[in-house]
Amino acid sequence: MNVHEYQAKQIFKKYDIPTPKGKLALSVDEAVENAKELGGPIWVVKAQIHAGGRGLGGGVKLAKSLDEVRELADEILGMTLVTHQTGPEGKLVQKLYIEDGADIKDELYLSVVLDRKLEMPLIMASTEGGMDIETVAEKTPEKIITVPVDPAIGFQGFHGRKLAFGLGITDKGEQKNIITFAKKLYQLYMDNDAEMIEINPLVKTGSGEFIALDGKMGFDNSALGRQPEIAAMRDLSEEDPDEVEAAKYGLSYVALDGEIGCMVNGAGLAMGTMDTINHMGGTPANFLDVGGSANAETVAKGFEIILKNPNVKAIFVNIFGGIVRCDRIANGILEATKITDVNVPVIVRLDGTNAPEAAVILQNANIKNIIVGDDLGDGAMKAVKAAKGEI
Amino acid sequence: MSILVNKDTKVIVQGFTGGEGTFHAEQCMAYGTQIVGGVTPNKGGMEHLGKPVFNTVQEAVDATGATVSMVFVPPAFVGDAVMEAAEAGIELAVIITEGAPVKDMQAAKAHATKHGMMTIGPNCPGVITAQECKIGIMPGSIFKKGNVGLISKSGTLTYEGANQVCNEGYGITTAVGIGGDPIIGLSYKQILPMFEADPETEAIVMIGEIGGDLEIQAAKLIKEQITKPVVAFIAGQTAPKGKTMGHAGAIVSGSAGTAKEKMEALEAVGVKVVVSPAEIGKAIAEVLKK
Repeated sequence: MNVHEYQAKQIFKKYDIPTPKGKLALSVDEAVENAKELGGPIWVVKAQIHAGGRGLGGGVKLAKSLDEVRELADEILGMTLVTHQTGPEGKLVQKLYIEDGADIKDELYLSVVLDRKLEMPLIMASTEGGMDIETVAEKTPEKIITVPVDPAIGFQGFHGRKLAFGLGITDKGEQKNIITFAKKLYQLYMDNDAEMIEINPLVKTGSGEFIALDGKMGFDNSALGRQPEIAAMRDLSEEDPDEVEAAKYGLSYVALDGEIGCMVNGAGLAMGTMDTINHMGGTPANFLDVGGSANAETVAKGFEIILKNPNVKAIFVNIFGGIVRCDRIANGILEATKITDVNVPVIVRLDGTNAPEAAVILQNANIKNIIVGDDLGDGAMKAVKAAKGEI
Repeated sequence: MSILVNKDTKVIVQGFTGGEGTFHAEQCMAYGTQIVGGVTPNKGGMEHLGKPVFNTVQEAVDATGATVSMVFVPPAFVGDAVMEAAEAGIELAVIITEGAPVKDMQAAKAHATKHGMMTIGPNCPGVITAQECKIGIMPGSIFKKGNVGLISKSGTLTYEGANQVCNEGYGITTAVGIGGDPIIGLSYKQILPMFEADPETEAIVMIGEIGGDLEIQAAKLIKEQITKPVVAFIAGQTAPKGKTMGHAGAIVSGSAGTAKEKMEALEAVGVKVVVSPAEIGKAIAEVLKK
C-alpha cells in the first residue's frame, strides 16, 4: 500500500525527521489560506497523487506570491497529471500540498528498501539527488552507495559512517546530521512494516541540515492488520476501482489493454495463461486470479468485472483444480451466465480435481456461448480464434 | 530416491487443529505421509485425527522424533512458529501460510539459518515425493512416480507442469513449490543441486516468474553445476511494469526482474526455455528422448 507525500511527511514528523513546513489543501481557497499561514516568501504547490515524476509532469511548481499560489493551485487541482509512472491515461489531482520553499545547497538521494538477495533492509544513497534513481543506477552505478542493515543488530555506527563517507561528507557536524537522519529513517522503516521509503531529493541546507523535501512510502500489505495508523491512510480514490471491487470478493485483478478476458486460479497460472494467449497471437484483457476458494458468486463477480471492459471479445476460463473442485467451477459458470449477461464466447478449460464431472455439467447445460478447451494450449488457441470471430 | 522427503519422513503439523491444518493433514495422511502429531498451544494432551497434540514443538519433537514440520499457523503468528521449530531441532519447515508479513519472514528465516533448519515457502503448495510423501496442499493424484524433478514459484503451475509431464508418460520424483513471496526459504539455488545429486531424477522442470533475480542466480548455478537437462518457463512475459501480479514478489520494477531477462539468462546456459506453460510436457519428452 502506498501513501501520499503529505502522509509520508506526517510520519516523518513523528520520527523527528526534518521536513519543510506544509499543509494539505483540497481547494484553491484552502491552498491560499495555507500559504498565508506558512508565511512564505516562497511556496511550492504540489499535486498529491500516488506516482513519481510529478515535477516533470507539471504537478510541482514554485510560487513567489500569494496570487501565484492561487493561480498554480487553480491550474494543478483537477488536472490530469501524466508522468512516467501513471501511464498515458494519467491521474486526476484531487489534493494539493502547499509547502514552504527550502534553502537548497545540495540535493541528495536516500532510500530504504528490502534487498531480496541479502534478505535484509538496504539503505541506498546517492549524491545525484533529484534524478530518477534507476537512471543513476544504469548510467553511473558507482554513484550509488548501498548499506545493508541486518535487523538482528540494527543500525550501528559503522552503517552511518559508511553512508556519510560514501556521500563524501567531510564536515563533522554534517556527518552527525546525516547519520542521525538515516538512523531515524531505518527505525521508521522497521517499526511500520514499510516496503520502501524514498526521499528524492534529500536536501542539504546552507547550514548543513538535512531535510526531506519529498517522501514516498510503500507498506507491506500483509502487515497492515497490525499497523492500523498506516492502514487508515489508504486512499481508495488512488486505486483502480475495478481492482478494489475485485479484492472485496477475494479476486486479484489487474486490467490490461487486450481483447481476451482471463479467469484463472493461481497467480502463476494466471500469468502463464496471459503469456500463452499472447504467444498464440491474441492479447489478454486482464490478469484475474480467482484464488483458492472460488465459488459461483466469485466466478459471477469475475465475469461481471471482466465484461465491464468494452474491449473484451472472448473470455478464457482456465482452472487447474487442486483444492478448487472443477465441478463447483462449472456450476459457478452456469450460475454466472444466469446472473450476468455473458454476451461473448466463453472458452472453458477445467482440469484436475473432478474435471470429468465438470465436463458433463457443461455439456448437459448446452449453452451456446460456451466452448470447451481440452487443455491449456487448446483452450488458449480457441480463445484467440473466438476473439477474432473465427469460431 | 527423491529429494528432501520420502516415505519414512516423520512430520508434525503446526496449527494442527485449525480448519486448514485439519483438512490438509487428513489429505496428507490419506496420501501416505507419516504425520506423527501436531502442535496447537493449549491443546496439548489431546488427540486429533488419531495423533497426539502437543503444546510446544520441542515436546512434539522429543516425543515423536519428527524432523519436518508442516506449518498452517495464521499469518500474524507464523514467524514465531517457524522460529520455535528451528530451536526445537526441526530440520525442514514447510510453510503453507499465505500473507505472512515480510519483516517476520526475514527474521524467521535468519533464525532458521542460524539453527541449521531449512524452510520452504511461505505461501507455497509445499513439497511432494510422488506416491510416497505429500507435505502441503497440492492434489496428490496428479503426481505419478517418475524421473522428473520439478521446482516452481507458483502452485497451480506446479500442478500444470506435473500433469503435462505425467500425460507424456513420464513422472515426478519430487516437486517443490517454493512460493512467490519477497522472502522465501529454499530456492532454485539449493534445490537444483539436490536434483543433480538424486540418481532417480533425469530431467528438471523449473518454473519461475517475474520479480527478483532468483532465476538469474539459478542460471549461473546451472552453468557451473547442473549436467541434467532443464526445461524452464517464466510466467509474466505479458505483465505490465510496476504492478503486483497476485504474488507479492511478482512485480517488475524498472528493467529488473522481467521475464525476458530471465529467459535469456537461462537460454544462454543451455536450458530449454518454453514460451508457454502449455509446452512444458512436450519439452520434457524432447529432452528425455535425446
